[in-house]
Amino acid sequence: MDFDKNRLAQQFMEALPHAQALGIFFENIGSGKAEMHMNYNKKFIGDPQTGVIHGGAVFALLDSCCGAAVLSHPEQKGLTATIDLRVDYMRPAKPGQTIRASAQCYNMTRSVAFVSAVALDDHEDKPVATAAGAFVTGKS
Amino acid sequence: MLKPRPEPVQVVKQRRDSALAALVESIPYIQFLGVRFDRRGDELTAVMPFCDQLIGNPGLPALHGGAIAAFLEVSAVIELSWAGLWKEIESPVITPDQIKSGKFVSIPKTIDFSVDYLRTGLPRDAYARARVNRSGRRYASVFVEAWQDNKSCIIAQATGHFLMPDPYLETTP
Repeated sequence: MDFDKNRLAQQFMEALPHAQALGIFFENIGSGKAEMHMNYNKKFIGDPQTGVIHGGAVFALLDSCCGAAVLSHPEQKGLTATIDLRVDYMRPAKPGQTIRASAQCYNMTRSVAFVSAVALDDHEDKPVATAAGAFVTGKS
Repeated sequence: MLKPRPEPVQVVKQRRDSALAALVESIPYIQFLGVRFDRRGDELTAVMPFCDQLIGNPGLPALHGGAIAAFLEVSAVIELSWAGLWKEIESPVITPDQIKSGKFVSIPKTIDFSVDYLRTGLPRDAYARARVNRSGRRYASVFVEAWQDNKSCIIAQATGHFLMPDPYLETTP
């Protein structure tokens, strides 16, 4: 089971050049939930004064994670696409720390999947960012 | 008293272009995405040339939703910074070299960013323009939209709220 999951994650990873470029790694995927992380990289800095990662990179991480959560939902068939996604940036991610995201597809209808996600760094009590969005479902 | 002659056009253009380049180059993530900015007067158009690392769905192929969102967000951030710096660049109390040093210009911080994906991002160059709808002392609201081949076919639009640095110019040079 674990072997299959890892293989699935790996295949998914290889199919996403942008996720690869950002150095996004899968940790877990299944049953409408997904976990990923993105290591700190100076190339992704958005504020040169502080060295904080740009919001766009965090957005891409959360979008990938939400998409993966939809794909892993038992009722999902085929591919998905983002309809809308809103990200709230609660605080700057600490420079140098890995950002971890976890997403959950909490409701699925015939045409739309509703997903929420959270991004954390080492200080787990306070989220770095949260996301809420709607995705296209391939449910037949 | 005679009005002083206006500055030669080359001097003005050179100052604006190098100020914009310095602002854009100070943010590494913009280089990572390969985004550049075209300027006409104070109007900016962000350009994201297509490259393979922006692909999210290799089957179609289509641009990654995260790449589109990031493109919209950098467009909004640069427009907001640029609009805030315009007077300082024109006067000029701030020079391109000072902008480049990164010490004098604080980048607005995103509070939230909400993206509507309207069409699939094709494997082509994308363009974006942002509009600052309200810019107060502490908060700003910015709308931004992106298109590819046809300006009338918007591929994605977003609204973002930003926390303005306080004071806007950390140190007056």
